Amino acid sequence: MTATNNSILLHVDNLVKHFPIMQGIIIQKQIGAVHAVDGVSFDVRSGETLGLVGESGCGKSTAGRTILQLYRPTAGSVCFGGVDLVNLRGNAMRRMRRQMQMIFQDPYASLNPRMTVGEIIGEPLIIHNVGTRKEIDERVENLLELVGLDPAFSNRYPHEFSGGQRQRIGVARALALQPKLIICDEPISALDVSIQAQVINLLEDLQQQFNLTYVFIAHDLSVVRHISDRVAVMYLGVIVELANRKDLYEDALHPYTQALLSAVPIPDPVVEEKRRRTILQGDVPSPVNPPSGCRFRTRCPIAQEICAQQRPEWREVKPGHFVACHLA
Amino acid sequence: MPDLLLDIRGLETQFKTTNGTVHAVNGIALGLKEGETLGVVGESGCGKSVSMLSMLKLIPSPPGKVTAGQAFFSGQDLLKMSNEEIRHIRGSQISMIFQDPMTSFNPVLTIGRQVAEPLEVHMGMNREQATKRVIDLLDMVGISQAKERINDYPHQFSGGMRQRVMIAMALACMPQILIADEPTTALDVTIQAQIIDLVKRLRDELGMAIIWITHDLGIVAGLAKRVVVMYAGYFIEEASVKELYGNPQHPYTLGLLGSLPRMDSDQRNRLVSIDGLPPVLYETPEYCPFAPRCQYAIERCRQENPSLQVVAPDHRAACWVDPQTGRAR
Repeated sequence: MTATNNSILLHVDNLVKHFPIMQGIIIQKQIGAVHAVDGVSFDVRSGETLGLVGESGCGKSTAGRTILQLYRPTAGSVCFGGVDLVNLRGNAMRRMRRQMQMIFQDPYASLNPRMTVGEIIGEPLIIHNVGTRKEIDERVENLLELVGLDPAFSNRYPHEFSGGQRQRIGVARALALQPKLIICDEPISALDVSIQAQVINLLEDLQQQFNLTYVFIAHDLSVVRHISDRVAVMYLGVIVELANRKDLYEDALHPYTQALLSAVPIPDPVVEEKRRRTILQGDVPSPVNPPSGCRFRTRCPIAQEICAQQRPEWREVKPGHFVACHLA
Repeated sequence: MPDLLLDIRGLETQFKTTNGTVHAVNGIALGLKEGETLGVVGESGCGKSVSMLSMLKLIPSPPGKVTAGQAFFSGQDLLKMSNEEIRHIRGSQISMIFQDPMTSFNPVLTIGRQVAEPLEVHMGMNREQATKRVIDLLDMVGISQAKERINDYPHQFSGGMRQRVMIAMALACMPQILIADEPTTALDVTIQAQIIDLVKRLRDELGMAIIWITHDLGIVAGLAKRVVVMYAGYFIEEASVKELYGNPQHPYTLGLLGSLPRMDSDQRNRLVSIDGLPPVLYETPEYCPFAPRCQYAIERCRQENPSLQVVAPDHRAACWVDPQTGRAR
């Protein structure tokens, strides 16, 4: 869990992903863009877990997919182990993909219903040409055991498993190629509470065993506090605050982080009785036409004139604690 | 007990499926006082929604059937009422808000028409009176420019706004009981906080009783006065909210609380996970339905299904074992 060395595995610099909005059927022209990710920068150190939190539509999943080059970024760079992924194509890209995998949110949609579990977990090994048929079968059995499933299940189909078990299959598939980095895109949001804990514990055990690096995307702030070493908070395509876990949860500086934390219910009636909530007004604005200056100013309880005029600078206020706010 | 607003006794609901009869709700008993907020907590499939729908005769039959039980609301048994009679109760004296604000509205009617419907049906208002009242109601739930927005269609509202409209519709006839079936599950936390804040304010203003169904133990902690925990169609624990969180007496409740990471603590203890899966009951079990997943289970748990017993003042649990000591009660 703690970083064994502090070398930087992933370096994301000013990453931008805009999705064009087209009009017209035959002669198409672009009439606008969804600013899904709009200038995001952070580092992930080897062996650590970086939590990426935010509400739906804030761009956290798009950021994850753009890092893996599942979406090609509009601008910016993604360096993985010193190699810039943005300009890689073909075989060079495929070789890099072995080291970066993803676990998806929906365990019902992310497994092919026509493939057996063994085929699903073995597929990355076949694509990357790792080992013979027999070696692959053995590896699949090992992987199933590793994620807490019976190796005899490898001939079954995904529909025969529960949500939690399917998510374990997704984890086994991500581990097949022994990656360094796994991007977990809301891996537990679709699961029941008692099953969530099983999957979180599994991810933590695997991280320790294989020194994995996680980017953990989630909207559940309690889970993120539990699993992350450092946490980045996203709002409408930008990161507004990034700090180590303790600083972020106990000394949040950005008004959005503060409001987000105060909105999370705590399962303890004695604590709840004493809490005072900051209730944000209104909804998240559309990413097609984000507000000028600070993106959060339309809902910010302390916004001033400067917030509408200038985009707040991303600055380090304390060692390792970054925030983008004029007033923090 | 005459002071109870709602008194459910021995409610049982079953569904016929191709694999057999699923016992979804297995004899639950529940009393609700006027103005009280009750939390019903459980995981998906535990029967928390079905029990409320059964009480209001909203279970599609077939395949569903309420096979036993009574539900007294101001002295009358809801389950014995004709469809015509219960229609006068639903939406006027007992109303319900649902999880998914996207699919709970009719997409081809304006919001104004849909909120006005209960007013016209139950309170005999004409269109003009109803429209006036709708504007007041939308104002009350915090929709700005209500006058213009009544002509909008559901898709023109965001998720949080739609949930506000649904609350306005549910409260249109000033019900005595509001049943909230996971109304914030589909919403973001900041919007969830808005909705909970709104419901609390309206509860204090209007004095209605609330049954809040959820899987989120956090929401219940700050909202309800009393909590019941459901598992496999049974109530397995019932207590005041402080007692339940401070002194959980059923291993399942204990497991649920242990499996939640706490946002207000920096400890990184390993989470308690409950192994296995909740069962689907095809027959009335002769054993405790939680026993196969329970780390405290003793011989008796596999032979006899416990019923709710008083374990402390204002606290009942259905368990043969005291999980604090690990010994039989």
